[in-house]
Amino acid sequence: MSPWLIILSLGSAAVLLAGALTKKFWPAFFGLSAVATVGISVLAPSYRWWLPGGAQSPMGTEIDDLFYMILIITTVTYIAVHVVLITALIKFSGKPGVKASFSHGSHALEVVWTIVPAAILLFISLYQIDVWMRFRNFATFNRHSRENPVAEVTARQFEWRIRYPAPGKKLMQKPQPDDLYTVNDLHVPFGEPVVIQLRSEDVLHSFFLPHLRIKQDAVPGAIIPVQFQANFEGEQELVCAELCGWGHYKMRGQLTAQRKSEFDKYLRDLQARQSDDGVSGGRAAAVVTQATPKAENHP
Amino acid sequence: MSTHAPADTAHAHDDHDSHGHAAHDSHGHGHELSFFQKYVFSTDHKVIGIQFLITTLLMLMVGGALALGVRWQLAYRFSTMPIVGQLVFANEGGQISPEFYTMLFTMHATVMIFLVIIPILAGAFGNFLIPLMIGADDMAFPTLNMLSYWFMWPAIFFFGLSFFVEGGASSGGWTNYPPLSAIRAAAPGSQDGQTLWLIGVTFIGVSSMMGSVNYMTTIINMRAPGMTLFRMPMTIWAMFITAILQAFALPVLTAAGFMILADRTIGTCFFIPGGLTVNNTPTTVGGGQALLWQHLFWFYSHPAVYIMLLPAMGMVSDMLSCFSRKPLFGYKPMVYSIAAIAGLGFIVWGHHMFISGMNPALGMTFMISTMMIALPSAVKTFNWLGTMWGGNIQFTTPMINSIAFVSMFVVGGLSGIFMAAVPVDIYIHDTYFIVAHFHYVLFGATLFGCFGAIHYWFPKMWGRMMNETAGKIHFVISFIAFNFTFFPMHFLGAAGMPRRLADPYNYPYLEHLLPLNQFMTWSAIVMGFAQFILLANFFLSIKYGKRVGRNPWNANGLEWTAPSPPGHGNFDILPVVYRGPYEYATPNLDVDYFPQTQYVPVEQRVNVAHGH
Ligand code: HEM
Ligand SMILES: [Cu+2]
Ligand SMILES: [Cu+2]
Repeated sequence: MSPWLIILSLGSAAVLLAGALTKKFWPAFFGLSAVATVGISVLAPSYRWWLPGGAQSPMGTEIDDLFYMILIITTVTYIAVHVVLITALIKFSGKPGVKASFSHGSHALEVVWTIVPAAILLFISLYQIDVWMRFRNFATFNRHSRENPVAEVTARQFEWRIRYPAPGKKLMQKPQPDDLYTVNDLHVPFGEPVVIQLRSEDVLHSFFLPHLRIKQDAVPGAIIPVQFQANFEGEQELVCAELCGWGHYKMRGQLTAQRKSEFDKYLRDLQARQSDDGVSGGRAAAVVTQATPKAENHP
Repeated sequence: MSTHAPADTAHAHDDHDSHGHAAHDSHGHGHELSFFQKYVFSTDHKVIGIQFLITTLLMLMVGGALALGVRWQLAYRFSTMPIVGQLVFANEGGQISPEFYTMLFTMHATVMIFLVIIPILAGAFGNFLIPLMIGADDMAFPTLNMLSYWFMWPAIFFFGLSFFVEGGASSGGWTNYPPLSAIRAAAPGSQDGQTLWLIGVTFIGVSSMMGSVNYMTTIINMRAPGMTLFRMPMTIWAMFITAILQAFALPVLTAAGFMILADRTIGTCFFIPGGLTVNNTPTTVGGGQALLWQHLFWFYSHPAVYIMLLPAMGMVSDMLSCFSRKPLFGYKPMVYSIAAIAGLGFIVWGHHMFISGMNPALGMTFMISTMMIALPSAVKTFNWLGTMWGGNIQFTTPMINSIAFVSMFVVGGLSGIFMAAVPVDIYIHDTYFIVAHFHYVLFGATLFGCFGAIHYWFPKMWGRMMNETAGKIHFVISFIAFNFTFFPMHFLGAAGMPRRLADPYNYPYLEHLLPLNQFMTWSAIVMGFAQFILLANFFLSIKYGKRVGRNPWNANGLEWTAPSPPGHGNFDILPVVYRGPYEYATPNLDVDYFPQTQYVPVEQRVNVAHGH
């Protein structure tokens, strides 16, 4: 327990007691709940009850910025509304023999509190369209990465199957004999935008990279290009975020972002390992196709 | 007379009370109703309303128990549950298996939405209040009304049965996205449990539809003389608009349910694309669209979330005005914003599908309409604040629950803005942030509103008060435990914890959230058990509550001029309405309330006009 939490609890008890003694228990109660709500939110990041570190992709950074912008707007609104609410509860808590003011409303106020939030909401909407379009509109993707997807990621209960084109080749929609396969282990070069082709072999899944703030559902029957750029070197989790059955919770993969040269080497190693039939020293591409009979099902 | 100690104020009508029933009996209906006709297959809207209320309160406990199962797993994954574990999961050594976990959260949401929130609002309060508040003697179609209650039971039966069929209950989440829910091999719960789920939801749909038709007809046709549309209480406006929403949205869900049922049973493939190999079963053929279901489902279910809110907004408006002893602030803007919410509610469904892969331009329009739907919600909130401002606030149990409604609704509405912002939703979609959001609106707002409404209208149901102290204790525990349970979910969501994971700690980046989850689980347990206070207070007060007259709260609505409890046919003196329901604190009178039926002679009005 941090000292802050102790102070918070003791403070709360004191406020409630004071409220009860001054016949203002309920204003104190609701006021306290609002203060505690804000207070715990301020403390939350120090317990890591918060975003899992700064975003590690440029898109993620923009998403974080938007998140914080909305957080500020909503926090101000929350506090303003509660200040008014608690003030009303304190100021107008019932006294015998007093009559409430007889008012049915105010046209001016209605106009103000319709137009002001409308403007703010419209601002938020328009402000972010650009980020959204860059995430989802394929035409805005980096041309080179769009035309050369690094891999196809196929979700199935309960694993991620990854198919890379052989080094120097392009990813084809239909699996090629020399394609390279891994499971739950996605490697990409870092520092540049990459595109993966996302698909599902059975039910819905969702390709979620929490540290990059990237998420895209994998929809059976569709191939969805997803663009992201890893701004780090190393490993991060790949999460399935859409319920896909009893084993949904264990559908965990790993994203490894590495230097371009290392990535190329990784693919070459993969190729060597995969085509090694123990005899001919690495030309038995047919073995590969046999090892992945699932590939035949792809339309 | 402006103090409002509940219960013991004399009202002009009170002397009728002792013979309220007698008066009714003497104008009898020429036949005696049997016990069955009176209490079981009753066509009296009040009995049906109370049947709905008691059923939904019991279902609340069932849904709560399922939720505690979910919470237990999140705090102590795959560990033996004390007591319950050995009884329910003896086969798994007292643990929750991952497949059972998926059934738990699916059925928790199903029960809470279809058997608690929707029926408690429309079924219980809609039934009980609509005729009383508009001055009618019953619903337009009493038999249909009775059927609407009894159609709930097959649903309860099928949902219950589904736990005992092979494979267990439905496990695709309450949203039941295909192909998971359409292909039997996709999950244990996608076998017969899923079929039963679809049948159950269909029954609930039929039940709601019968209610909806009835409410619309009753409100349009059966208002007392003088009850113009703009003299209707907000509760009635909300029920009316909810009924319209239901009538337009429900057929889509029902049709989609039949389509998925056809996919499952007779080999159609509306929702099943070709070329899928699910769980090593033969590859599917046909060219269905998995996303089609999401569109159809949310076309119903987004309006449905407002079906789960608007009536509570209406009731809270009534309670806030009554206990602020002040007219409702901005009555017409309140009505228009409900209408706006309902209208916009039909064009925002896509916000549940932002990352489903649908056309990005579509995502943009849905984002803008979603942002705009926050506007009428904001307007309503401001008007509630305006209602309290300048009032003479009585902190009764209904009032504190209503204040909680406002405060919690603000949290839920504001978190909605994060999710409406599409780029942010990329990150928080399908995380606990969503779970926090809808629990704040559905539990924090709607359910607290219902708690308030139960205490508020209880005296009308039984002629007795619920215990105020018990009501307040129930409120304080529920409110604190609610916030302890659900507010941290915002943090979990921000930390990227996905919903519906049987073991989130399988991911190292979530491991440190375990202690917080344990805290939340214990809060949830406290919250669950606190509901026994409500149940005890409710059932004991029926018998032992303090007797009161017709109008214990000094309120204005028509329902308060009927005897408590009202006899068959409701009103002993047919009401004539002279004004709106919110004329509290009028300077014209000595008392601070002004019932809708109270006639003021011309001389007195003239006097007042000349300043008295
Ligand atoms: C203030 C305006 C509101 C806005 C802007 C808003 C926005 C949203 C958005 C964008 C989502 C989808 C999030 C996602 O899945 O990624 C959502 C989910 C949800 N909202 Fe709201 N919402 C609002 C009010 C409400 C109200 C009043 C209710 C109910 C009474 C409600 C109930 C729900 C539910 C139940 C879900 C989640 C359903 C599920 O996925 O299981 N919302 N909301
Ligand atoms: Cu999954
Ligand atoms: Cu929605």
